[in-house]
Amino acid sequence: MPPPPHRRTGFSRKAQYGLLFGYAVAVAGILVALLLLAIAVVDPRGFSAIKGAALDATAPVSAGGRSVTQFFSGIGEGVSAYFRAGSQNASLRRELEQTRRDLVAAQTARAENAQLRALLGLARQTEDEITVARIVGSSYGSARRLATLSAGAGDGVRVGQPVRSADGLIGRVLEAGRWASRVLLVSDGASSVPVRSLRNNVPALAVGRGDGTIELRTLEVGVNPFRGGDIVVTSGIGGIFPPGVPVARVVRLEGDTAIARPLADPARTEAAIVQPIYQPAAAGELEDAQPANPSGPVSGPPPGAPALETTPEPLQRNPNYQPALQDPQPGQFVRPPAVPAQPPARPEPQG
Amino acid sequence: MNRIAGSEAEVAVFDLRRRHVPLLSTIAAILLALLPIVSTSPLLPDFGFLLLITWRLLRPEIWTARMALGLGLIADLVVGHPLGQSMLLWTSLFLVFDLIDTRLGFRDYMMDWLIAAGAILFHSIGAWYIALIMGSDIAFTIMVPQIVLTILAYPLAARVVLALDRWRLMR
Repeated sequence: MPPPPHRRTGFSRKAQYGLLFGYAVAVAGILVALLLLAIAVVDPRGFSAIKGAALDATAPVSAGGRSVTQFFSGIGEGVSAYFRAGSQNASLRRELEQTRRDLVAAQTARAENAQLRALLGLARQTEDEITVARIVGSSYGSARRLATLSAGAGDGVRVGQPVRSADGLIGRVLEAGRWASRVLLVSDGASSVPVRSLRNNVPALAVGRGDGTIELRTLEVGVNPFRGGDIVVTSGIGGIFPPGVPVARVVRLEGDTAIARPLADPARTEAAIVQPIYQPAAAGELEDAQPANPSGPVSGPPPGAPALETTPEPLQRNPNYQPALQDPQPGQFVRPPAVPAQPPARPEPQG
Repeated sequence: MNRIAGSEAEVAVFDLRRRHVPLLSTIAAILLALLPIVSTSPLLPDFGFLLLITWRLLRPEIWTARMALGLGLIADLVVGHPLGQSMLLWTSLFLVFDLIDTRLGFRDYMMDWLIAAGAILFHSIGAWYIALIMGSDIAFTIMVPQIVLTILAYPLAARVVLALDRWRLMR
């Protein structure tokens, strides 16, 4: 292809200036874009009004087509299930037998748990939800793993709230528009969820790897506490995610870390539940992160009760923890320690 | 179809089509990001970007570099990138394309593909690096399948753009 004619301006002064002006605009645009990116790095919640509005405008399109794609992916699954019916039947039967045994054990444990809770006078934690919405789309062309949710600030959704499905944790709200919001999936590289293993209670940090899997990082060196098939649940440390939500299942080990696959598949999730931030102080500024008042959701043991700490990992020992809670001020505790409880008065801030 | 315009209105329609098909097709490709696909790893090409560079390589004279700025803004808002990512990457690529056009007297289809491959690589590395700055610490190898697929999709995009171009200029 010959070079384009309009770049050769000849002797026309006007054309020359026009070309120069075009390049000047382009370079200025690049500088503006750099500035916007710098602002986005420093303050990720900047421009939330613009981005929220764009989200609101575009989400209905995705929502409309979602049922269509689910229909087609359902067909594909149905066909593959038909071909694998025999082996699948056998393995499902084995799994069912195992599950039935586990179910009996779980029911016994649940009854015992309820008895113990009643004994301790511990109120059962309410599993409140803010809204139930559908996942209507996701970023499929970029390195980030973001999903679009069909509920927004109008439904009570706020930035930072955890999102889960019946299967397990999906992620956190990243941006909230009026009618739609964007969710940072647990498999995104910027997502880190404090978890613990169900089998041996080892605390770990679940960091996304960007390809649909999660890396489980522990503090233990030398010995890997995980095994294939282990299930990790949220530990509730950090105050964002409520404890006990299933997160992922370990698929393989890599050195000191384990690679896990999220239990909740956003592609197949029918209903996503947006929950309130577990300990609202955790999402605020550090000044708000005083010891929670004893009427709060996790205020530690009630006065007089024996310490009931299921998560043995002190926050301060974990080097890469939730950024909102890093660097506790001297003399302040982000989470009340398991010592005999303070009187209900709010302590004076020091310094 | 009657190839000769019969009236002033038809002339106007042809003119509109000739002017706006590249822009509108690129915006439509950007809007493909709204497809209700929920995927767990980056695999499918960034259609908006692919169509943009294809139009630019096949028809260098229709757009100046600042056109990429506005289209990048649309892409950032629609896809949910950090604001400024596509604006920055696309506009700088257009400037590089202009540079290549002035240096290179003549380029054929294979050359276009090579340039497109370089552009796709640059775009993916840029997006990955910006995600890294934003705190998304992922291995670059995850991006490789998408890069390869996007480069292989260039001939397809070229077909689409050529068909659109022929239809656009038909009278």
